Amino acid sequence: MERIKTLNTRDLCESAKNGGCGECQTSCQSACKTSCGVANQKCEK
Amino acid sequence: MVHQYKLNGYNIVLDTCSGSIHVVDEVAYDMIELFHDRTEDELVSEMMAKYGHREDVTEEELRFCIEDIHTLTEAGKLFTPDTFEDKAGTFKARSGNVIKALCLHVAHTCNLNCDYCFASQGKYHGERAVMSFEVGKRALDFLIENSGTRRNLEVDFFGGEPLMNWDVVKQLVEYARSVEKQHNKNFRFTLTTNGVLIDDDVIDFANREMSNVVLSLDGRKEIHDLKRVDHAGKGSYDKIVPKFQKLVESRGGANYYMRGTFTHANPDFTKDIFHMLDLGFKELSMEPVVCAPDDPAALTPEDLEIVKEQYEILAKEMIKRGKEGRGFTFYHYMIDLTDGPCVYKRISGCGSGTEYMAVTPWGDLYPCHQFVGEEEYKLGDIWNGVTNDALRDDFRSCNAYSREECKTCWAKLYCSGGCAANAYHASGSIRGIYEPGCELFRKRMECAIMIKAAEDMDD
Repeated sequence: MERIKTLNTRDLCESAKNGGCGECQTSCQSACKTSCGVANQKCEK
Repeated sequence: MVHQYKLNGYNIVLDTCSGSIHVVDEVAYDMIELFHDRTEDELVSEMMAKYGHREDVTEEELRFCIEDIHTLTEAGKLFTPDTFEDKAGTFKARSGNVIKALCLHVAHTCNLNCDYCFASQGKYHGERAVMSFEVGKRALDFLIENSGTRRNLEVDFFGGEPLMNWDVVKQLVEYARSVEKQHNKNFRFTLTTNGVLIDDDVIDFANREMSNVVLSLDGRKEIHDLKRVDHAGKGSYDKIVPKFQKLVESRGGANYYMRGTFTHANPDFTKDIFHMLDLGFKELSMEPVVCAPDDPAALTPEDLEIVKEQYEILAKEMIKRGKEGRGFTFYHYMIDLTDGPCVYKRISGCGSGTEYMAVTPWGDLYPCHQFVGEEEYKLGDIWNGVTNDALRDDFRSCNAYSREECKTCWAKLYCSGGCAANAYHASGSIRGIYEPGCELFRKRMECAIMIKAAEDMDD
């Protein structure tokens, strides 16, 4: 594709099929303690 | 839903529901924006009128671009329909009543007297207190008993200032280590400290047992000492910086966060970030103050505009230093695009009030550390468990889709609907919206994704 470059990302729709193990870190624990962001959590699967 | 924005010379298209990210040129950017409002012939004519003077823009080439947009759509990477909303409310229910993380308030007291402290100088609007070993041990047993099949259990030693109850912290870690294997659990401990009481014993123990340490430093000395003072009003910068440097160096410069708070006094907080870098710290986090709007420390609407500019400055500096081999980490710009969280996590969020709870020095349970002291938010205690089921259900029902405002927001799968405590403090309800927080969050995500785009385009 000449004009469009697609970055390599995890397909969220696919992750609905096999995700949800719940082992990943509680997002608020790691550093912020005052806001909510989840995208930086690493998948533990 | 598609979100498009231009930042630092990059044209970025986010496909919210698939999580796909496209970096495009300005022609494709316009075509994607107009794609559903024009026929293909209209689109070609309009683009020819706007860009036809360019050598690389021909009618044939524009039709190739239209094909590419169709290809991406069919591959589920663009204009992906939202199939999550109907299921969103069921995601947290899947976990039942499992609890996997506790914030242990081992000390409701503090050796600093910072007037912006959301915990009211560590007391959480109550009496000064420290947690006994017996209460802490029961909290750990409670966590094990309620963790179901979850193996990784997280415990943050928090306060007030947890080092004011350090012996109990050490005893609790030793107790957890003595029982984790028999229960097939893996405890991950973190420590959040102001640094005043750090000594060699703290450093040795923390480096051995704490998977992460969060160190409070607001940046420049004059900024740090403005708020982070002892009970005699003396700034703590000179006392803590050498201790933090020693601790971080002895940890191999990893698994820590230097965490600052910025206020109305320093909306130009990148100066504080750069100061932290000058001090040798590279794992950084800087958070907007949490306080009432009429507090002198509160960020004003004018400050928010400055802060948004600062996020851009920070992102550009991060790219620059990364290229120079002087890279650093900013907590909110860490996005793992390939191995990041699944959609369950992205919809469910931090788990406050369900998987994550805070424990007071006397064993009461609250949805998270920011609700401690709000009596109506007491969930139960570590002996009888959660007794306020209605409150837990209320937190369980919070997710990326539970607020009307979130349904149309492109960032909802990055914030999961936002922080319940921020919403409560801003609106009086955990189902409310803290719009200034949302505004800053969206800006941070745009910057974080731009950094990824820049890294990718440079490869």
